Amino acid sequence: MCLAIPGRIVEISADNQDSALVDVVGVRRRIDLGLLHDDKPVPGDWVLIHVGFAMSRISEQDAADQMSTLRMLGEIEGAMQEVQGYGLEHAEVVIEAAAESDRSKAKVN
Amino acid sequence: MREGSTREESTTTPAAMSVESAPVRFRDPQIEMAHGAGGKASRKLVEGLFAPILFGGNPGPLGDAAHVDINGTRVAITTDSFVVKPLTFPGGSIGELAVNGTVNDLAVSGAKAEALVVSYVLEAGLPTSILEAEVRAMAKAAREAGVRIAAGDTKVVEHGKADHMYVTTTGIGRLIPGVTIDPGSVRMGDKILLSGPIGDHGITILLARGELDLEADLRSDTRSVLPLVEALIGAAGPGLRWMRDPTRGGAATSLNELARDCGLGMVLFEDQIRVRDMVRGACELLGLDPLHIANEGQFLAVVSPEYSDAAINALSMAPGGDEAQVIGEVREQPAGTVLVTTLYGGSRIVDMLVGDPLPRIC
Amino acid sequence: MRFVDEFREPELISKTAEEICRIAGEERHYRMMEVCGGHTHAIYRFGLKDILPENIELIHGPGCPVCVLPMGRIDDGLSIAKDPNVVFAAFGDMMRVPGTQGSPLEHKARGMDVRIVYSPSDALKLARLNPEKHVMFFAIGFETTAPSTALTMMRAKAEGIRNFSVFCNHVTIIPAIRAILDSPDMRLDAFIGPGHVSTVIGCRPYEWIAQNERKPIVVSGFEPLDMLQSIVMLLRQLRAGEAKVENQYKRVVPWEGNRAALKAMAEVFQLRPYFEWRGLGFISQSALSINDKYAEFDAEQRFDVPGIRVTDPKAAQCGEVLKGVLKPHQCKLFGRECTPEHPIGALMVSSEGSCAAYHNYEHRKAVMVSLSSIA
Repeated sequence: MCLAIPGRIVEISADNQDSALVDVVGVRRRIDLGLLHDDKPVPGDWVLIHVGFAMSRISEQDAADQMSTLRMLGEIEGAMQEVQGYGLEHAEVVIEAAAESDRSKAKVN
Repeated sequence: MREGSTREESTTTPAAMSVESAPVRFRDPQIEMAHGAGGKASRKLVEGLFAPILFGGNPGPLGDAAHVDINGTRVAITTDSFVVKPLTFPGGSIGELAVNGTVNDLAVSGAKAEALVVSYVLEAGLPTSILEAEVRAMAKAAREAGVRIAAGDTKVVEHGKADHMYVTTTGIGRLIPGVTIDPGSVRMGDKILLSGPIGDHGITILLARGELDLEADLRSDTRSVLPLVEALIGAAGPGLRWMRDPTRGGAATSLNELARDCGLGMVLFEDQIRVRDMVRGACELLGLDPLHIANEGQFLAVVSPEYSDAAINALSMAPGGDEAQVIGEVREQPAGTVLVTTLYGGSRIVDMLVGDPLPRIC
Repeated sequence: MRFVDEFREPELISKTAEEICRIAGEERHYRMMEVCGGHTHAIYRFGLKDILPENIELIHGPGCPVCVLPMGRIDDGLSIAKDPNVVFAAFGDMMRVPGTQGSPLEHKARGMDVRIVYSPSDALKLARLNPEKHVMFFAIGFETTAPSTALTMMRAKAEGIRNFSVFCNHVTIIPAIRAILDSPDMRLDAFIGPGHVSTVIGCRPYEWIAQNERKPIVVSGFEPLDMLQSIVMLLRQLRAGEAKVENQYKRVVPWEGNRAALKAMAEVFQLRPYFEWRGLGFISQSALSINDKYAEFDAEQRFDVPGIRVTDPKAAQCGEVLKGVLKPHQCKLFGRECTPEHPIGALMVSSEGSCAAYHNYEHRKAVMVSLSSIA
């Protein structure tokens, strides 16, 4: 059972800094933060939980970046079809370059 | 345990000779928890040991209740035992399960429960206050379900030999006119209906055990489904083919049994199956599939396509039926199998429950 | 954000699948191995094979810690728990794995004190609550799980708990990947890298796969979109003739790994000189044992274990399936003597095992044609 799922930190135990209550879609569970000493989460943060321990902080920024990359993928597909309709050669390369520049802009923002 | 077929016409028991010599196909050397879990192992025990000896010959598909003929009057009869730990949990207790469970078994076989008899096996040392609370809970549930508790029996066993108490209820009921429950009548194109969200009961019990550090605001869904069944029969009786209450083993087990019995395929649409967020979350955390979790207040129905709209309308207008959905369809393929499809074109087979992930939940 | 629903959006999944078809083309056949059992499980759970083109073949790797455990180790753990004062505590997945005298659950039915736990700290809690008993935690898992076991032992030591021990079967992923690549009958184009192991070890340990073996590897998340995006990234590398390590699971996996977790492992564990893996044979430096500092918690040192090596039944081909040489249905026992209800090998028991997953998928081979009429 090597499942790991995301949960949101609700509160950190007053008498034990390593014990936290997390919320996973409305289910609350007590987990151990002992493996995140170098990167202590605070209430509101998201963590990845595996066998009752937080393994890693989940970066909302990285997740958002990933989602926008994925959405752009869909747009690339649409753009591809349009451009191919014009009979342009090397369309793939052109579109990829445009997407790459979009991705770098998203990261900077 | 499922009793004799709803297609049996006679009450006569098989000849004594064949009972003694009936071949037993059940090969496991000992009984395991899995045999009571409601899944594959349970079915093997019933089909391989109980059925050949008790029902003899070829009894056909096993239903939730037996319909027997007593001098021209057909009545439905069923029995169920309730072993649950803890005895009380958010949303109910063993007493309510014991009443609703049997009323529901009769309801989904097309019968209205008239009377129950109850038998208690009590553990020595059980506080009287707990027993009284459960008996009151049963009386209340019986009143709400419109059924009489007519008689009972009690036994006491040594401390440690029963988890506080085991309750068995046997119910007898009148067949509701205008409906025949028969897996053999299921056809390609029929619709599969589910009365509401699944997984509430099993997950509530698991959390109530307190062994896991999980909390959620969840309640068991235990209730009598008779009013909903009556509404369904009223609106769609002629098109109603089959019903079942998915208790231990969950919806997946019930539908797999139907698929096997009628030889057709059950194709479910994942996004149509209602699962509360918290149940989904708990299942994700524990690696469980909501389709395998027990329910105590829901039922599945297969209805012909002409009647399916009327069926859903009637259910959604009846109290407690507002979350009823069409969750799938009967297809020719994949035969004998339950297939769940996702919105984006993926699919997976869901088998009957194997093993016993949630021991003693109802 | 809820980090789950977003990565299951149907429209994005369709678009990504289309992109895969576009890049994959039709001429070339791609063989990609997903190392981790969690990815195997995700593939079946989300029906991903249905939306991938025919020329992309996903091969299941040996990253299922239950599947690679030799039967003898299960026997050893159960023999310790024969003592009525000992509690056998393990994750749910271990409960139905057969030893030579039956599975832990079958032993429980015969009177052994066997408990399911969902965390090593649950096992320690059992020890605290039952001072008259000894709780032995049967630990399995790769580097994802090992740090939690380690930290639990550190806590036990700090609390002075005497009635707790660990039977350690933790294994490491890199030697397993090496064994796959060294295998003469293996032909792979790329790897879908383990997502959760990498939260601990980071992405650096995979660099030799790209640099020395010239195979692309993308560390992947477990949602459908994660896996599809990883396949896009692998295809792009393959089409461009590149071979590098990429991190698709950035939101969770730090390139450098989790230092605190690695520290906990180093505090408690040492590498075994060699360890037997079901199907892969003896692999050196591939598993963890408990070091001298924590010897009091080492079940193998506190108790006598038979240590008998048990080979798989001759007909069972668990090894070849684990290496990806055989598909599950090609094993002679598959679906006949070996089924989910009566498993012979652990691959049929574990929810991450390819045989269990395939057992359901197999039924559909005969009806693949009619699937096009669905949805």
